[in-house]
Amino acid sequence: MAIKLYGTAASTNVLRVMACLAEKELDYEFVNVNMSNKEHKSPEFLSRNPFGQVPAFEDGDLKLFESRAITQYLAHTYPDNGTNLIIHDPKKMAIVGVWIEVEAQKFDRFGSKLAWELAYKPMFGLTTDETVVEEHEKNLEQVLDVYESRLSESKYLGGDCFTLADLHHLPVLKYLFGTKAKRLFDARPHVSAWAADIQSRPAWVKAITA
Amino acid sequence: MVVKVYGPIQAACPQRVLACLFEFGVDFELITVDLDSNEHKQPDFLQKQPFGQVPVVEDGEFRLFESRAIIRYYATKYGDKNRNLYGTTLEEKALVDQWLEVEAHHFNDMVYTIVLQKLVIPKMGGRTDFDLVHNCEKKLEQVFDIYEQRLSKNNYLAGNWFTLADLSHLPGIRYLMNECELGHLVRDRKKVNLWWDDISNRPAWKKVMQMFNGQG
Repeated sequence: MAIKLYGTAASTNVLRVMACLAEKELDYEFVNVNMSNKEHKSPEFLSRNPFGQVPAFEDGDLKLFESRAITQYLAHTYPDNGTNLIIHDPKKMAIVGVWIEVEAQKFDRFGSKLAWELAYKPMFGLTTDETVVEEHEKNLEQVLDVYESRLSESKYLGGDCFTLADLHHLPVLKYLFGTKAKRLFDARPHVSAWAADIQSRPAWVKAITA
Repeated sequence: MVVKVYGPIQAACPQRVLACLFEFGVDFELITVDLDSNEHKQPDFLQKQPFGQVPVVEDGEFRLFESRAIIRYYATKYGDKNRNLYGTTLEEKALVDQWLEVEAHHFNDMVYTIVLQKLVIPKMGGRTDFDLVHNCEKKLEQVFDIYEQRLSKNNYLAGNWFTLADLSHLPGIRYLMNECELGHLVRDRKKVNLWWDDISNRPAWKKVMQMFNGQG
């Protein structure tokens, strides 16, 4: 199979690519990377991702890492498959690009650290640091306030339709919604409605229950 | 109509955008935003950029923020002037995006923390956390080791020509080489050193530096 995704389905960065592949209805081979055996630090894996992180990806001869580079490659290369996750008008796509950056630079910064404290640490038998949680919740709330304002003017973050800008949030939302951090989203009506909408997309539901 | 770029010339993110605009020969007007007096947190500015950060770009009625979204837009818009900057095929573009992500997630966080600790916090009367600076420096050593490996196979990060992925590093490395006094990270690595000398001598970046130096 031409498309291969290397990683573990527990990783938010791997899930980001899985969400995209599901929306695009693309067949691929999932190659599990055993992170508890440090397989991601093996010389073989480092040749796929020199930073020793998941995911790694290949499509025929093309090898990529960094989940948001992979999703953008898929969205642009397979425009006619499944859901269209980009916009062809350059100015409208630039606005999608702004909110892709916002997710990467601002939402993920605090969201993934909260997911680590509240969701991953308990899974690994580690103790949550409530001081860190409080600090990151405050930071995330400031970001969500901007989202609330944006989503009161725009149905989705990038514009009128669902795009990569929304999709990129799904994995961290999945983890945070299973924790007390869900209340931060519930407290903001437009954010809450948007989060419910994108998380109920059939492709995403299929990707995480398969 | 001239593109308006809001932000101080001293800040890394506006420099990233200006380097890109100079590469494409796009006329612009730089409108300084005074970060020291918190101008970027005032209601007028928050209307333009809801996170209260620089830069913002206004191109007629069209407004954008997030420097890496801005450079991608202009590289796409003016692709015919220099097709290599964002790749000529989908695969090349994917590699540019990959190394842009590396710059944003692996490199930038470390540089940002070092600049904050060594330059911004003391200026505001606070104390530098030298342990944190040292940790960031160690992580940057690992990042630059990966760059050294990459640049021994390719002339530039995304391939054999200069792209947005290289351009995006210019402001951060400039800080490391100057005010942060961490030039050894570059100078100790043969390929990284050659690469830095090459990209920092590009006419577009030199024009950004002229603006930077012209303001003291």
